[in-house]
Amino acid sequence: MRDIFIQGAYLAASALFILSLKGLSSPATARRGIMLAEIGMVLAVVGTLVNHEIVRYDLIILGLVVGSLIGAPMAIWMPMTAVPQRTAISHMFGALAATLVGISEYYRLTHGGHLSHTEMTALGFEVMFGSLTVTGSFMAFAKLQELVGGAPITYPFQNLLNITMFVATVGLFLYLIVNPENSQAFYLMLGLGALIGVLIVLPIGGADMPVVISLLNSYAGLASAATGFVLQNNVLIIAGSLDGASGFILSILMSKAMNRSFSNVLFGAFGSSETAAAALKAAQEKTVRSISPEDAAIQLAYASSVIIVPGYGMAVAQAQHQVRELTELVEKRGGRVKYAIHPVAGRMPGHMNVLLAEANVPYDQLYDMDEINPEFDRTDVALVIGANDVVNPAARNTPGSPIYGMPILNVDHAKSIIVMKRSMAPGFAGIENELFYDPKTSMLFGHAKDSLQKLINEVKQAP
Amino acid sequence: MTSNTVIELYVFMLAAFVGYQIISRVPPLLHTPLMSATNAISAISLVGSLVAAGADYSRVSTILGVIAVISATTNAVGGFMITDRMLRMFKREDHAPKEKR
Repeated sequence: MRDIFIQGAYLAASALFILSLKGLSSPATARRGIMLAEIGMVLAVVGTLVNHEIVRYDLIILGLVVGSLIGAPMAIWMPMTAVPQRTAISHMFGALAATLVGISEYYRLTHGGHLSHTEMTALGFEVMFGSLTVTGSFMAFAKLQELVGGAPITYPFQNLLNITMFVATVGLFLYLIVNPENSQAFYLMLGLGALIGVLIVLPIGGADMPVVISLLNSYAGLASAATGFVLQNNVLIIAGSLDGASGFILSILMSKAMNRSFSNVLFGAFGSSETAAAALKAAQEKTVRSISPEDAAIQLAYASSVIIVPGYGMAVAQAQHQVRELTELVEKRGGRVKYAIHPVAGRMPGHMNVLLAEANVPYDQLYDMDEINPEFDRTDVALVIGANDVVNPAARNTPGSPIYGMPILNVDHAKSIIVMKRSMAPGFAGIENELFYDPKTSMLFGHAKDSLQKLINEVKQAP
Repeated sequence: MTSNTVIELYVFMLAAFVGYQIISRVPPLLHTPLMSATNAISAISLVGSLVAAGADYSRVSTILGVIAVISATTNAVGGFMITDRMLRMFKREDHAPKEKR
């Protein structure tokens, strides 16, 4: 009877999880979807608590209370700009839970139990993906939170070392499948996995974060699914594979948006100093036109169509509220304003959408790259705020460029372009942006938030 | 390989397929909430942690289990709450409150 209740709860939870993700296909149904997933989670936990193997509840209650006390305040008070960091650290927590359950199971089965080859295979996947994701996500978190420098850290023979360690870990895994009882090999594999997680994220720079976070999301899901195989629990397998699938899809989308393969992100040093230097030298012969906030405001005030292109620079400057205020002023004067969102703008998939939604920008003004690109030709002013590589026409025009082939926003097709930027420093890829030297482009230098405030004041005063 | 494992592989394959189909339809607009939602859902590893923490296997299992319960609960509670907080912010034009000037 009890078993039927437990299995029923798990079955219902699995169905609710799938329905909840279906809800996410539209903002109108998304919140109801999340509610379904919450019900599913509660059902699964209640179902587990009546399991006859559980004999003491004090520690469980302690764990649930402490976890809630950590999770809830983070969710309530964390600023929206910190969403990428929070996501990275939550991948770490998820993978940590899976890894610890794996170690605990291994310990139990090697101390008085029997560990079959099949169970060892599942356990191996669990702790290998798990340990790699724990440390990798922590490194990603540290980089996003700026606890360590965001710049890629490289050293000689990096790829060779990574590949060697990877091969060694897989070798240990295969050895363990044959000899499951060798606990030294098990803990060595665990340690190597953790080390690989660190080494694989070290050489990754800020703009590659969307790919890395998606990839770690996928690994965390796979670790959860492997836990399901170890514990012979279908709801874990289902939830884990949903998470794994979502991470996988997002990694593919992000890599496509950067025109790079997984292996290129993980093993490739981007924008080597030589090409960057050559591009910089060539650029010095061209001139840029800078513009005053007054003149830029006049352009915006009399434009009938404006497209705003936000990038990571807007997030850093926390300027999304000023952007929205400027939008409303232009709209009040009769101009139409749209936002063009590149898939890899920001530090994680969908980052810009969340920030703009937080600033009360209605989501029907936010357009994906494919939707908005044909519209630049009919646009009076394109306003680029803290975006760089994603608007660089070199991706279309310069076959030798490191970003050649990457899909970009066709900002250069607009009738005039205003680029807000702190300085002429190149973007993440370390390459010059042809857009800045376009005769139609004017540069508005300064901190994005201050410049936007000036623009707002000037547009207000425009006759 | 036991027949149980084979059934589990089927479950895994089908769930991954369903997941792929459903998640492909999530618009880029909602990719950040998607990631935090799937993350919260995968905190279902809580069910494994609960057994490790509450079943009297050994002291090692209990300690690891309690830490795992804390991690998974952090994700489940925090993940669902922040996803909902994000989704609350997404509004259509006619519903967006206008700033008073």
